[in-house]
Amino acid sequence: MPDKPEAETVEIFIMGKKYEVPKGLTIMKAMEYSGYQYIRGVGCRGGFCGACATIYRLEGDYKLHTDLACQTTVQDGMYLTQLPFTPAGRKEYDLEELQVSNNPLLDLYPELARCVSCNTCTKTCPQDLEVMDFVNEAIRGNVGKVAELSFDCIQCGLCAARCPAEIPHHHVGQLARRIYGRYQAPESEHLEERVEEIKNGVFDDDLEELVNLPEEELRERYENREIES
Amino acid sequence: MRTGKLNRNDDLEEDPYPESMRESIKKVEETREERLEEEVDMMDPEERDEVLNRFHPDYKEEGMRSLKVGPNRGDEMPLELADLLEAYPAVDPSEVDLTKVDYETDVLVIGGGGAGTVASLWAIKEGIDPSDILIATKLRHGDANSMMAQGGIQAADKENDSPSAHFLDVIGGGHFANKPELAKALAEDAPEILNWHEDLGIMYDKNEDGSMKTLHGGGTSRKRLHSAKDYTGMELMRTIRDEARNQDVPVVEFSPAIELLTDSDGKVTGALLYNMETEQYYVVRAKSVVMATGGFGRLHIQEFPTTNHYGATADGLVMAYRAGANLLDMDSVQYHPTGAAFPEQIVGLLVTEKVRGSGAIPVNRKGEAFVYNLEPRDVEAGALIRECYGRNNGVETPTGMKGVWLDTPMIDMLHGEGTFEDNLAYIHRLYTRFGIDPTEDPLLVFPTLHYQNGGIEINDEGRTAVEGLFAGGEVEGGVHGKNRLMGNSLLDYNVFGKRAGIAAAKRAKESGWGELTLDHAVKYADQLDDAGVDEKRKSPMLVPEYRGEETLSRSIDVL
Repeated sequence: MPDKPEAETVEIFIMGKKYEVPKGLTIMKAMEYSGYQYIRGVGCRGGFCGACATIYRLEGDYKLHTDLACQTTVQDGMYLTQLPFTPAGRKEYDLEELQVSNNPLLDLYPELARCVSCNTCTKTCPQDLEVMDFVNEAIRGNVGKVAELSFDCIQCGLCAARCPAEIPHHHVGQLARRIYGRYQAPESEHLEERVEEIKNGVFDDDLEELVNLPEEELRERYENREIES
Repeated sequence: MRTGKLNRNDDLEEDPYPESMRESIKKVEETREERLEEEVDMMDPEERDEVLNRFHPDYKEEGMRSLKVGPNRGDEMPLELADLLEAYPAVDPSEVDLTKVDYETDVLVIGGGGAGTVASLWAIKEGIDPSDILIATKLRHGDANSMMAQGGIQAADKENDSPSAHFLDVIGGGHFANKPELAKALAEDAPEILNWHEDLGIMYDKNEDGSMKTLHGGGTSRKRLHSAKDYTGMELMRTIRDEARNQDVPVVEFSPAIELLTDSDGKVTGALLYNMETEQYYVVRAKSVVMATGGFGRLHIQEFPTTNHYGATADGLVMAYRAGANLLDMDSVQYHPTGAAFPEQIVGLLVTEKVRGSGAIPVNRKGEAFVYNLEPRDVEAGALIRECYGRNNGVETPTGMKGVWLDTPMIDMLHGEGTFEDNLAYIHRLYTRFGIDPTEDPLLVFPTLHYQNGGIEINDEGRTAVEGLFAGGEVEGGVHGKNRLMGNSLLDYNVFGKRAGIAAAKRAKESGWGELTLDHAVKYADQLDDAGVDEKRKSPMLVPEYRGEETLSRSIDVL
């Protein structure tokens, strides 16, 4: 038998198989400690990419919990498996051709209407987003509200995997944000003006001069440049 | 009392900070009011030089060695990178059949992050049919450092700003080592890139009149940092990826390139992919190849933790170098000043510079401010290391790591309650998950390996010295010199992803497919033989090794 690790440990079950791992590790690091080398189920390791969606149950508890393996500490008696991929249908569309006067969200994703308001999506979300609320806003065609409520979505797909109405919430949110950004957010006039100025060569001479300046002079310009307070 | 479902990791009643750290926090609290009133002075150039020379890891000679083979022979590089460049091809050329071609494509894009995806979209605009493009990527499409950028993207689009002011910041921040034509391209293209993003529907933070909300970053002379909360990278990457999906760009995931293919003249004609799940190889024939594999954070240079994603293992540098590409500024590594130093579960993860840009300042264990909050990144990182190891004013964690406080409660005090949670949602969530409320308590931070400042040399069209090979994003070098400023990496992958995509498309339209050989890899191996390199050392690395020591010590190869 191998020697037991000296640090305080917890017992976890990776896909049903028992391992003893040091207390305080994330699920991801505990799997690696146990000898798993990731190919799937890992990405940014920082809570942005949604690659490490995980489902677990705790001993003596009937509930299925969901979270990110890279952001969750192991607990004693954790039964876990990862769900690195959810085959949720995504619709292709041309952002320039969408009929935004109607409800493009419902047009592209009619399954939104199958929502039974069970709130499982909200309870499943590892980002703690109000997912069901944005589904309801999507049904009403309130694109801006969907964009706002779904903004922090990392597209892990756990909501879609658990949804009894088979709604691909993360794709709906993505569509809403793009429609909002393209058609509803106020336009940035100073940006458009600057693009025009650059096209018209307003800054060409300045830039050309800087590019060809000897390092000594460039250094002097840099050190004496005016800094906005 | 901290509440909320997010705190799943700790007992709500328990103080997340151990007593020794809590003692120091009390001192931070005592000096907070005073510090809200007065700013710390910026360093003068002499002090900056001293901090860098004495405390920045790049200046530590024992961390580098000079390369024995290839175009950069004699150049100093971090040991961890030198080991991968001076290594034999992972694939044995005699084991692969290059006559059976699996994919024929106009433009092969290696890497499915920001640069690669942008390159494919602009190759389409340049007239390449989407079905004649192939993105090959190691993990999933979009699993990349691009997804993780928090703070924002620079563009000189305000009235008081100009591309020349941006250029000057870039080149001064880079210690004048940048290729000027690349820094110029970066600054000049920026507003147009943001305009393109607006057309794609990216949601930048704006005021009600539509004007962009902008902040300072370290080393900027104007407030030109544009963000989308602190999920800027995610908002850009997921939207750009969504557009590539709408355009039907073919993507093959979990199948990284492991070697370029060249013709007898050394021109790049394709690549060998490796399906990591089935362990088979694929042969790709391409008219142009865009290298967009990102950086090298997962090499853990000088044993630093990293902010980088799992796949950041320098594969593109290795492949391009064997094919004859020149590398620039590889002796320069960016350590982000503020990586998480506590709790243990998130050590090394990024605490965005936007936190300092919003007014939080670094404070030592006695509650004293010791550095201006927005020095260029290398200087700020050096100052944090000096405070911990030069002046012994760091705070020690239960695992023995040292760090300084980043006084985050200042942000809501300066800008009003709710500012932190609205604008720094990721950081708020990251810490709340572990029971720490950044609006009430400061965060312990220490520099973390963040960015590869240098990379494959390109010209302002994104062409490398090797015909048929283009590069964009973190894998290329010359844009940022010896130090990249905040907000210029998202910009870099957009500007040079675009330029590389356009140049690759142009070449694909003018030329045909070439013969497929691994001759360059065989020749490179001969050079390694001559240099007496250990034959067991193979690269690219593809994934880092994090398995437990005990498992590895008992691992046997049976299947």
